[in-house]
Amino acid sequence: MFTWMVRRLFQACFVVLAMTVIVFVGVHVIGNPVDILISPEADQAERARIIANLGLDQPLWRQYLYFLNDAVHGNLGRSFVFNEPALKLIGGRMPATLELAVTAVLFSICFGVPLGLYAGLKPDSFFGRTVMAGSILGFSLPSFWVGLMLIMVFAVQLGWLPSTGRGQTEVLFGIHWSFLTWDGLRHMFMPALNLSLFNISLVLRLTRAGVRETLPMDYIKFARAKGLSPARVIFVHVLKNIMIPVVTVVGLELGSTIAFAVVTESVFAWPGMGKLIIDSINVLDRPVIVAYLMMIVLLFITINLVVDILYTVLDPRVRLETKA
Amino acid sequence: MSVTLEVRNLRTHFHTRGGILKAVDDVSFSVEQGQVMGLVGESGSGKSVTGFSIIGLVDPPGRIAGGQILYRGQDLAKISEREMRSLRGNRIAMIFQDPMMTLNPVLRIDTQMIETVQAHANVSKAEARTRSRDALGMVGIPSPEERLNSYPHQFSGGMRQRVAIAIALLHNPDLLIADEPTTALDVTIQAQILAEVQKLAAEHGTALIWITHDLSVIAGLADRIAVMYAGRVVESGDAASVLDRPLHPYTHGLIGSVPSRNKRGEKLRQIPGMTPSLLSLPPGCAFRTRCARATAACGQEPPEESPETGRMVRCFHPMEAVSA
Amino acid sequence: MTDPSHAVAADAPVLPKEETPFRRFVSEFAESKLALVGLAVFSVIALLAIFASWITPQNPYDLAQLDIMDGRLPPGSKSLSGYTFILGTDDQGRDMFSGMLFGLRISLSVGVGSALFAAVVGTTLGLLAAFFGRRVDTVIMRLVDLQLSFPSILVALMILAVLGKGVMNVMLALVMVEWAYYARTVRATAMVERRREYIEAAQCLALPWRRIMFRHLLPNCLPPLIVVATQQVARAIALEATLSFLGLGVPITEPSLGLLIANGYQYMLSGKYWISFYPGLALLVTIVSINLVGDQLRDVLNPRLKK
Repeated sequence: MFTWMVRRLFQACFVVLAMTVIVFVGVHVIGNPVDILISPEADQAERARIIANLGLDQPLWRQYLYFLNDAVHGNLGRSFVFNEPALKLIGGRMPATLELAVTAVLFSICFGVPLGLYAGLKPDSFFGRTVMAGSILGFSLPSFWVGLMLIMVFAVQLGWLPSTGRGQTEVLFGIHWSFLTWDGLRHMFMPALNLSLFNISLVLRLTRAGVRETLPMDYIKFARAKGLSPARVIFVHVLKNIMIPVVTVVGLELGSTIAFAVVTESVFAWPGMGKLIIDSINVLDRPVIVAYLMMIVLLFITINLVVDILYTVLDPRVRLETKA
Repeated sequence: MSVTLEVRNLRTHFHTRGGILKAVDDVSFSVEQGQVMGLVGESGSGKSVTGFSIIGLVDPPGRIAGGQILYRGQDLAKISEREMRSLRGNRIAMIFQDPMMTLNPVLRIDTQMIETVQAHANVSKAEARTRSRDALGMVGIPSPEERLNSYPHQFSGGMRQRVAIAIALLHNPDLLIADEPTTALDVTIQAQILAEVQKLAAEHGTALIWITHDLSVIAGLADRIAVMYAGRVVESGDAASVLDRPLHPYTHGLIGSVPSRNKRGEKLRQIPGMTPSLLSLPPGCAFRTRCARATAACGQEPPEESPETGRMVRCFHPMEAVSA
Repeated sequence: MTDPSHAVAADAPVLPKEETPFRRFVSEFAESKLALVGLAVFSVIALLAIFASWITPQNPYDLAQLDIMDGRLPPGSKSLSGYTFILGTDDQGRDMFSGMLFGLRISLSVGVGSALFAAVVGTTLGLLAAFFGRRVDTVIMRLVDLQLSFPSILVALMILAVLGKGVMNVMLALVMVEWAYYARTVRATAMVERRREYIEAAQCLALPWRRIMFRHLLPNCLPPLIVVATQQVARAIALEATLSFLGLGVPITEPSLGLLIANGYQYMLSGKYWISFYPGLALLVTIVSINLVGDQLRDVLNPRLKK
């Protein structure tokens, strides 16, 4: 178990390192680093001074080491637009994105598991079939379009929910959160639903497949033969078997959800880091772009690592195999 | 002695695409308190479906199409699901063939036992746990207190079957249906389990229905035997006389197929052909296509006849005439 | 018995047409009505896109034909020059129907083009991995795993962030996102095929490896490849639309469906739904019809599901 974890950690570090190389090469070799790192308004003398200052006259490998050194110390340059350290800028926007992504993941379980359970228990019913057909749409529809339709129907036509923004926020641990106010929750509902649509479909299908697979098992028949209530059989014996793969997949999807928040945040003008990166790409605010990419890669690899470890802890069978 | 269970003209049919499959077709037998009833037949003869019919766990497309299942005079085919549930695992219990599959792999043993206790007895969790521990000790599981905290995969096959038996006997049932519980086990373990169940059933006066395809298992265990073929009981009677003087050619063939130490060197006799598909049974006696004694008369339905007290046979040409 | 052909069909046993694999494939595909509808709808869409310049009443890129006074008219309105805009106009006074068909053309060509290019890259790498095994296999499959562990949008964002916007860069991003799916599928199939006798026979004949790979191995990997390609075309179209919607995709002068939707977005809040809605509908119908076809292809071509 311990050697396995060390190996896994080592792998993760390697991927992070590989990604820094890719980003570095991308920004410093393919693009012109002078354009990227120096504000276009700088004059000739200042350019020369900054080039020397940044070590851009140095050989590439040394430049990479400088870059790595800076990155480790949290220095990824200043935003041209906001004139703030890029990392601090992104860190400030991160809670909004995390809040949205975590809510979306919760949504995917709250909607996906019951719907999938129903479709699995009554596969031939009208509602069961409808749910399955709907899940195909959930997979194939571009999420920005669904977001627009949500706004059109619920904000413009019906006027039930606010269309854009984060609403009123409340401070907790020095960070602004939307989920602490009613207005914030109202603002969060549509974006979170939009972001979770793909995951709802995914969880729904997983749950349904799990139910279909588990129901004919002898241990379910034995549980019934013990005289347990149908509720106990379904919610304990069936669901416990299904929740392990569902939780794993949902956990793995958290990273994707954060990445896809880029789209949802743009549609709903949600002031998270996804919105920031799109704005930054559009105005070529490269330090922010680099900082975002590094940040999200790190986040991603951390999530994968944590889910892997959680998985072994959750499933008694896997746990034993790794011990043995 | 009082009759615990009497099955009268039971019919359990499966409505499949290929037509109505008569898995159990006009089956009658009875079991008295403390008695062991052996239900013998090849796979597909309907013996397991008979068991599931009694405990009310026939799943669609199957359903009980007719007949009575009288448990202490109460017809189980008529009572509500709720009433049936209060009997299941309480007064009537069942153990299954494959011990690897009968326990839920993701739930600990204590969970699976305590829920059974609490399903039928209004006791505290601690009390339920104590009872579970005692039950484990009773079926010969060493250090039951620690084993309660284990998961099923931490047990061997034989141990798992013991756990299943302990669960089935938690409420000292009046009737235990054992559906080939030793088939999947090693021979030595098989004998232990056999002896264990016999002992426990005798102690509590539990009536036992032992379903098997293996006559040698039933020989030393059963008081009465019913032989099933293609959904029907073709012969029944007390164990000794059925085994010594089989009347039906099928029973005779079955006994001949058992390899025996005494008949070493002799050629094993075998029943030619295969069990017919229940969807395309020949009219009349279902066995006639494999029977050496079949005549034109066998195209008619053979009636139940009782050539001597306590015996029944469905055959126009029984093996021996009524002997003195 | 008035109809002679009927009589023949009833009496004589129907002469079975020669059962070719292709015929069987066609008849199996036709078992799903939904898939046939999907195929029909997609064919219509493809034809509309290809012949857009002949069908549309207006060339949406020709600024001389546009009149700003016609801007944001609802569907069914008459233009100043007397023409009816059946789907309304956008903020530039562009006929939505014309703009949509031209947008569809761009969306489809970017989607199909990138899917094809990704197929070539992915298939070649997958075949190489399966054929040579060992280190080549390890390196390629590690890359595939790495690629697949990142969500498509993130990979596309990275590439566009580094390279900047533009049609070619979008195509490149889509190829980078998709090649790994092809590589994984082709490798898996090729690994199985590789152990078959006909490959051994070809090797015994000392045929050059390129010939074995492309002439012998590749044709046997085609069925799963076709399935993946269909799915990836739909994904590519959706992703291109998303990127264009975010303003990272095609240039504003030649808007794809995604960009048309983005253009209408700001007017949607004031109730002028049609500028976004109809291009969105076109996008939706395109993607769903491709997916319907793809699902049936998967069922028909998957050997594991065959009885």
